[in-house]
Amino acid sequence: MSDVSFVRTEMLPEQAPPASEVGLIGWVRHNLFSGWFNTVLTLVSLYAIYYVLSGILPWIFQSVWNANSLKECREIMLETWGSTHGHACWAVINDRWLQLLFGFYPSHLYWRPIVSLVLLLAALAPVLYSERVPRKMLILTAAYPFLMPFLMWGGTIWGPISAALGFVIGWGVYSVLSKQLSELIGMISAAVAAVIWWLVLSSYFTGAMDSVLPIGIEAVQSRQFGGFMLAILLGVVAIGVSLPIGVVLALGRQSDLLVVKYLCVGFIEFIRGVPLITLLFVASLLLNLFLPPNTNFDIILRVMIMMTLFSAAYMAEVIRGGLAALPRGQYEGADSLGLNYWQAQRLIIMPQALKISIPGIVSTFIGIFKDTTLVSIIGLFDVIGLASAIRADTAWNGIYWELFAFIAALFFVVCFSMSRYSMYLERKLQTGHH
Amino acid sequence: MTTLTDPPKEQFRLSMLLYDTRYRSATIQVIALIGFMLLAAWIISNTIQNLEALGKPVEFGFFGEPASYDINQRLLEYDSRDSHLRAAFIGLLNTLVVAVLGCITATIVGVMVGVLRLSNNWLIARIMTVYVEMFRNVPVLLWIVLAMAILIEGLPAPNAFRGENPTASMDLFNSVAVTNRGVYIPEFLFSRSLGDIHIFGTSSLRFDISLDLIAFLIVLGGSIFTMRKVSAWAAAKQESTGDRPKIWHIQLGILFVPMIILMTALGLYLGYPELKGFNFKGGTHMRNSLIALWMALSLYTAAFIAEIVRAGILAISKGQTEAAAALGLRQGRIMRLVILPQALRVIIPPMISNYLNLTKNSSLAIAVGYMDITGTLGGITMNQTGRELECVLLLMLVYLAISLSISAVMNWYNNRVKLVER
Repeated sequence: MSDVSFVRTEMLPEQAPPASEVGLIGWVRHNLFSGWFNTVLTLVSLYAIYYVLSGILPWIFQSVWNANSLKECREIMLETWGSTHGHACWAVINDRWLQLLFGFYPSHLYWRPIVSLVLLLAALAPVLYSERVPRKMLILTAAYPFLMPFLMWGGTIWGPISAALGFVIGWGVYSVLSKQLSELIGMISAAVAAVIWWLVLSSYFTGAMDSVLPIGIEAVQSRQFGGFMLAILLGVVAIGVSLPIGVVLALGRQSDLLVVKYLCVGFIEFIRGVPLITLLFVASLLLNLFLPPNTNFDIILRVMIMMTLFSAAYMAEVIRGGLAALPRGQYEGADSLGLNYWQAQRLIIMPQALKISIPGIVSTFIGIFKDTTLVSIIGLFDVIGLASAIRADTAWNGIYWELFAFIAALFFVVCFSMSRYSMYLERKLQTGHH
Repeated sequence: MTTLTDPPKEQFRLSMLLYDTRYRSATIQVIALIGFMLLAAWIISNTIQNLEALGKPVEFGFFGEPASYDINQRLLEYDSRDSHLRAAFIGLLNTLVVAVLGCITATIVGVMVGVLRLSNNWLIARIMTVYVEMFRNVPVLLWIVLAMAILIEGLPAPNAFRGENPTASMDLFNSVAVTNRGVYIPEFLFSRSLGDIHIFGTSSLRFDISLDLIAFLIVLGGSIFTMRKVSAWAAAKQESTGDRPKIWHIQLGILFVPMIILMTALGLYLGYPELKGFNFKGGTHMRNSLIALWMALSLYTAAFIAEIVRAGILAISKGQTEAAAALGLRQGRIMRLVILPQALRVIIPPMISNYLNLTKNSSLAIAVGYMDITGTLGGITMNQTGRELECVLLLMLVYLAISLSISAVMNWYNNRVKLVER
């Protein structure tokens, strides 16, 4: 007898995994029915989804698109489905969507806000997608702050040009004086020169040039602005103007100069401690008291000023976060190269800090953009204000859900896409290893 | 040997103010201060001139005048003959009520949603994502107005509860009435009440505190104190012997027995709302404006809190859970002793700013007519007296004080749970 123990010489063929573990069934078992608790959760949420969709889908799709009033809408509903309940009357959107988007902007000039929006996207492209868009586009980015007001408000072209001239004059004074005397004197006198130009000389310049060469387009009063356009306009102006102010405030807050630091801290904490609505009250009631007698800004401009101050405080905190995230070695490296404060900020610190802060800036923008709806409380006709105005019309008296759904959809599309962009950026900027 | 001579004594020259870094910072600060003071002086002088032209000197005497408007949702007694100061005070309390209610609800909902977003149930996680994105990306003002519209349009009117076969009925064993004029809930009443104490007599800030409430709080505080002593005793016993004594039934007894004795002694009973005439009487009436504001604010803020909670939990590395499991801790203890204390550190700072945001957003009450401080001081009082400057500035100061106190309290808490490094 030979004691041969059994040794297998060839491998068994691989078995297919059990059908309950792979494919759709496996996925469902793992993700939806992995225990009694999960099963209950799944069933409850399936019922909830069914309940919500069975109410909303017929409401959205079995709806009336063409009618001139809510009464007519209801008549059509009764004829078609036998009840007025559970059917939307989108006719109000069909009737008023241009007004909801543009407010009372003259309808033959609708191309101007649209061109401004397209130019805005083009001007933002070199900043947001810096690696795919040629750097020459930055010229458009620099020109946009002067182009946009010209398009939106119209009037003579010399106004925006003279505003831009102020910057040129300031820069000229700075570059001459900072070489000849001192950087500090250069900066201060540049600021003074620019302010003198804007406040005193530019009106003469504009008037003179306008009488010599009257180039311009039809002017639009700010009180005609409204609708979703107003939200975008307020948001863009507030963020755009507050960005440089925010940088200055953030640097001031980080500064060693005690007076400067506490002025900045005081401003930031004050603005962040009060609700925006009180600042809008200031815009609508108090701002004209604070300015010299007989100056009269219109309400949209005053709101813009206060929204800009508001977002500047938040922007300063975002940028401070970016500054704090920079490693200490960057500051020390800049010092060791012998750069002075402003050179270091301009060449080393700010480019990196701003890049880190872009996601935060986008979130601030989303917040400000949503907050622009508050202007309806002080009586401006943004989308929510217009919705009340439409409801006050006898034809549409009593219509709620369709207007709310439309407004919510507008905001959702814009805010959601911006938040996705900011998440994409965060992933792109994440250079650490995880 | 070489001799060292003293370096030449440096003379101060005026140009050093500009070129010498030691003095330049002082120059900049002085210029900044002068600039700021010039700006402030310019604004103040403009304001004085403008107010003089309007004939409205700054004074606060109007606060003593009768307000002559009504505040329907209030904590303390108030009628329209009371002063503007009293109205503002009632409004301030209303702001605090909605802020506290909102913060509590938002935290509960937010934590639940945040945890469920990480659930391994695919469907639940997706639903919660939809909730978060929906609420985060639509303005809070729209949610508030929408909630108000739903309450007014979607709920039955009080007269739907009347008649032989009413179309609506009261919920929760006939104790809660949900109508389009607000929600009526039962109120606690005491047949042998201890009464109230009146603070500040008849002044505008007069304040009634129920002695029953104080007795309740004292008993509750005593119970909690005893419970902590008992659990400390149990911990000491566990340290010395290794056995942890069972204390949960003792704890429950300590919590509830004194409370029940107190409530019986005071003669607690519930006052139910009843339909009388065209409306409900009795019970506590929560107006639609309060409920709409509360719901919208808490659901909106909860969406942000959910994201914070999710990020906080994700920030704790998986190794922590595994190490705790390797030590033999049970699932619940792992969460309580290892994950949460670390996650809280990440969660609390952004949570502070969300509580602040909720409090500031409560000023949108004015859109639905809830009389908070913005609705009273910044709304009707301002419109009636025409004192825009005084009212708006006071309003800002009040909010600033609330914000600063919330952030002080929360920062104190944050410092307590913060990891102490070196």
